[in-house]
Amino acid sequence: MKPEVEVRDLVKRYPKRDVNAVDGLSFTVAPGEIFGLLGPNGAGKSTTIGVLTTRVKATSGSARVASIDVAGDPVAARRMLAVVPQGSNLDRSLTPRQNLTFHAAYHGYDPEDRNSRAAKLLEEFGLDSQADVKVDWYSGGMAQRLMIARSMMHSPRVLFLDEPTSGLDPQSRLFMWERVHQLRAEGVTVVLTTHDMDEAAEMSDRVGIVDHGRLLAIDTPTALTSALQGQSVLEVTISRAEADTTDGVIAALVAIAGIERAEAVANDGGSLNGVPPMPPVTDGPGPVTLRLYVEGRAAGLLGAAVSVLTGRGAELSNVHIGEPSLEDVFIDLTGRSLR
Amino acid sequence: MTTTELPHPSAWRAFRAILWRDLFVTGKEFWVFLVQAALQPIFMLFIFARVLGAGGYVTEEYAHLLLPGIVALTAFLTALQAVAFPLIMEFSFTKEIEDRLLAPLPTVMVAFEKLVLAITRAMVAAVLMFPIGSLVLGSAPWNPSGIWLLVGALFLGTWMSGAIGLTLGTLVPPNRISIMFAVILTPLMFTGAVQYPWMSLESLRWFQVVTAFNPLTYLSEAVRAAVVPEVPHIAPWICLLGLVVGGTIFTIIGVRGFMKRAIS
Repeated sequence: MKPEVEVRDLVKRYPKRDVNAVDGLSFTVAPGEIFGLLGPNGAGKSTTIGVLTTRVKATSGSARVASIDVAGDPVAARRMLAVVPQGSNLDRSLTPRQNLTFHAAYHGYDPEDRNSRAAKLLEEFGLDSQADVKVDWYSGGMAQRLMIARSMMHSPRVLFLDEPTSGLDPQSRLFMWERVHQLRAEGVTVVLTTHDMDEAAEMSDRVGIVDHGRLLAIDTPTALTSALQGQSVLEVTISRAEADTTDGVIAALVAIAGIERAEAVANDGGSLNGVPPMPPVTDGPGPVTLRLYVEGRAAGLLGAAVSVLTGRGAELSNVHIGEPSLEDVFIDLTGRSLR
Repeated sequence: MTTTELPHPSAWRAFRAILWRDLFVTGKEFWVFLVQAALQPIFMLFIFARVLGAGGYVTEEYAHLLLPGIVALTAFLTALQAVAFPLIMEFSFTKEIEDRLLAPLPTVMVAFEKLVLAITRAMVAAVLMFPIGSLVLGSAPWNPSGIWLLVGALFLGTWMSGAIGLTLGTLVPPNRISIMFAVILTPLMFTGAVQYPWMSLESLRWFQVVTAFNPLTYLSEAVRAAVVPEVPHIAPWICLLGLVVGGTIFTIIGVRGFMKRAIS
């Protein structure tokens, strides 16, 4: 099957800059796929979207949308694509309804068609009661919904969403996610950019992690996270037997094949995600939490760990399985420094 | 969504749709447009012709040569403002133009649409200035034989002014709008042979040379030649040629500026 979006060796250098905003990026998106471009601020995500949507001229390389070279035939490409930008770019001289109808007019729809399409989309997006007010009165979430409705007015084959849920409340965010999945069901290909890990994991079929204009990794969110070896964690809270020592329990646990290392942490010991572990608390007979660093999936070793613990007379009071998140992958690949 | 409705996209259809959008918005705020276009010229006519005339400082003859100048100025400012201000706002703050830049037509046609809009708005404003002027002045000069020169001069002049607006609207950064007024618009308004015929500057040679560099001069002189041909004026063909040259130069610069802002 031909890819719906194809980016090949894309380079963009803005005038008077000494680094490339996009530096040899290549990826493809299959028809009907939801593809997430994940990266820190300034990684080159928006520039890539800009090239794909005919608003940024590539320095070299090529970009195709629906098999159309966007640089060679931008007018044809614009018929195939739609963009929902980061901030509102709604036409404030027009009402919400007119925003939709004029958009359809630009794309060649007859008055009758554009009015009926607008009415249908306004209803679908829950905006029909507020369709003829001033756009300025719209909240951020409503403006976002209206922009998605507008992008649907000309039935694009590929939809580009630039940071679609930044600054939205949880309701609007959920609505957004539902809409995107519904669009995929209708066969629309979706390319979105985000630096929100949950969003990327939740929304995308595949994720490309970008930094400094380069692609660092590309795969499904699950495959990316499981590739992080030794980062899976099993936490058990126990009260050891009187005669036993915490060090003894740890030594016994590390002896299990697959557990790379173990340490005692405070009961509320920090999570894996970037929080440094608490100093070990090893003395005293009270409950202690042990963190076991596991190669591969932690759940598979739970049984072995529990039998070792019961064998030593330790009482198990809590178990927590910490799977690595996309955020860990992201930090692992792009580093911790602020930018 | 079912897609039984088939669009008929073409660049020409998209062009008409974005022009219709701008005309629609103009019509929606027609009073704003009217006030913006007519208030300043009305005050200028009233003060320079009526008030100074009542005090005996100027004659009725001056009022009649001022009116064509004011018509030219109105056409010039209306066309320039129809393009420059919206573009500065739409490219930087509101980003409103993006939906039109993503319409299926060559980007350069979005710039041309702005020029067509400027010509349309400014022609309407200029034509309105004749009845308004005669109301303010009590009478207005009228020369039927100059009508084609008037129409041609206004058409070329508003095109050139729109192109100047396109140039300013895409080259002036948004935080410099106020400077644009002080440094560019005010000098243009007063060195454009609006309030005086160019030929009358013989005794002020250096200023005559300065005004010759202002493209507005050729519009003012052409309108004056059409309306009050008895007042000495620059030959109409030179005026029209000046407007064509100015229009061409500023269209090239303005369209380039527009393309740079539209596609980075």
